Amino acid sequence: MIRLENLRVGFSQGGGAQGGSAQGAGEERIVLNDFNLSVPKGQTVSLIGSNGAGKSTVLNAIAGSVPILGGAIFLGERECGGDPEWMRALTVGRVRQNPLAGTAGEMTILDNLALASRKGPRRLRFAVTSRIARNLADKVADLGMGLENRLRENVSKLSGGQRQALTLLMAVLAEPSVLLLDEHTAALDPANADLVSELTKRFVRQYSLTALVVTHDMGRALSEADRIVMMHAGEVVADVEGEEKDRMAVADLVALFRKARGSEYAEDRDLLR
Amino acid sequence: MFEGILIEGLVYGILALGVFISFRVLDFPDLTVEGSFPAGAAAAAILATRWGAQGGSTPGLAISVILLVLGFLAGAAAGLATSAIHHRLKVPPLLAGIVTMTGFYSINLRILGGKPNLPLIKFNPLLQGARDWLGGAIGSELSLLFAALILAAVVVGLLDLFFHTEIGIGMGALGVNEAAVVQAGVNPISLRRGGIMLANGLAGLSGALAASYQGFADVNFGAGIVAAGLASVMIGELLLKTQFIGVQLLRVLLGSILFRGLMYAARSWGYLAGIGPNDLRLLTALLIIGAMAISGRPLRGKKAQMPRKTRGSA
Ligand SMILES: Nc1ncnc2c1ncn2[C@@H]1O[C@H](COP(=O)(O)OP(=O)(O)OP(=O)(O)O)[C@@H](O)[C@H]1O
Ligand SMILES: [Mg+2]
Repeated sequence: MIRLENLRVGFSQGGGAQGGSAQGAGEERIVLNDFNLSVPKGQTVSLIGSNGAGKSTVLNAIAGSVPILGGAIFLGERECGGDPEWMRALTVGRVRQNPLAGTAGEMTILDNLALASRKGPRRLRFAVTSRIARNLADKVADLGMGLENRLRENVSKLSGGQRQALTLLMAVLAEPSVLLLDEHTAALDPANADLVSELTKRFVRQYSLTALVVTHDMGRALSEADRIVMMHAGEVVADVEGEEKDRMAVADLVALFRKARGSEYAEDRDLLR
Repeated sequence: MFEGILIEGLVYGILALGVFISFRVLDFPDLTVEGSFPAGAAAAAILATRWGAQGGSTPGLAISVILLVLGFLAGAAAGLATSAIHHRLKVPPLLAGIVTMTGFYSINLRILGGKPNLPLIKFNPLLQGARDWLGGAIGSELSLLFAALILAAVVVGLLDLFFHTEIGIGMGALGVNEAAVVQAGVNPISLRRGGIMLANGLAGLSGALAASYQGFADVNFGAGIVAAGLASVMIGELLLKTQFIGVQLLRVLLGSILFRGLMYAARSWGYLAGIGPNDLRLLTALLIIGAMAISGRPLRGKKAQMPRKTRGSA
């Protein structure tokens, strides 16, 4: 379960771009203001919205890679808004858009998997025993990419799609309760994108994960998620699930988009007046 | 002469292993070794002197081990200081190392009892022990070489095992992609601290060995030692390419031996080319530049110059 209450996230405008800032940091630009979202356990939510809407910022705030200015973040029963990123990773698995981001390229597939197979402090015991290696090889074979024969090759030798599939496997291997995916198929060709999103569905079911999936692919969002949340300018502008969602087509989502954008123009006009 | 080069190569090779761990494995360009190497030398030398003054018991294995452990700990303490400066005050690695190394100059002087130099003429248990351990059957220099070989093999063997443990693999990943380590629910700060302490512990151990071998400890032992270590690492990397950590470690020792050989050659026959003892540092610098030019591989550190802004425990 994920619950965000009155979340506030902003970035300081570095470099004094906004009028000669004498006091160093300059002013804060608020990206999320009193943002609320609750995702029950086991639900898959597609987070959609225009560029700069704040989707990645929501995921980053949950994972702890950007600090929050206010509000609360619950993962399960625990409020973890002040925990460092590594501590939140104990319950959160995550895949980013960049296939290079989640794996250690200059290490073997096996070592990467061994690293990801358990969450928490490292111990002084062998990371890859023959039993562990066999177990991991099985999991890699399940990806259906033939990577089980390349376990001792460096990850940097994999293609983007293979590497992203591996990253996804690493993200769920230690069975976290929450999965955060940020356009994780966007850098892949259509075939690989299909493959990785099939894997995603399978893992979400297999490990009964609570998933928050950012995507720009409306079709996928509709077919793969239980619920669709649309963001614009840091706010939720639409939130549909169940039958209401099932009745929607891609065209309906696009119309919603237009509406959200339109209101922005209206505001601009208001400002200019 | 050959024994001398080999022994020196192995003794300073352990320092080079430390440099390898910080620069290559952790991607943490650390200059602390200029302070941790003489710290190990000073700690071991003062203990040997005190021990000798207490009654000069026969050089045994126990006191030798204690000396080495003490050298390691003294170096690791310097590493701890650098890690704390880097992580708590968000000081970049190079500067954190310079701060520690500067401070340790004075600390090392204090360890040495206020004198810049401490000779180990009367009581040098490690050297005497190593010379005599085969009962003089094959001559003291060869005995010394075997002792150095065994010690270096033990260090490399232990490190190889270590880098196959969860902690070791975590450290390896930390230098490649910190995000992957964070994703595994590991505090990257404590992992990096451990790595920096290990690297400087090896430098301290090497310092303790060097003091015993040279027969004295000196506060200026550390001058130029980072460059020597780096040159060794890079020469090793020119020798062979491998992704196996054990071979990478051995390669560092080989590089160190080769580096000492080159330095010996320059000292002995350099005059033929107009090279004097004063030119050795320049030669080291040129070696590093040459190795980087040939391998096309500069120091990695493109990222991780600053600690990431992870909040919480340090
Ligand atoms: N590290 C940062 N520093 C400053 N501003 C940032 C930072 N990260 C995000 N922002 C700003 O926050 C806003 C929201 O960005 P975010 O990346 O969350 O958008 P997004 O919805 O993920 O967009 P996209 O679809 O393009 O990925 C943007 O205006 C962006 O400029
Ligand atoms: Mg984004």
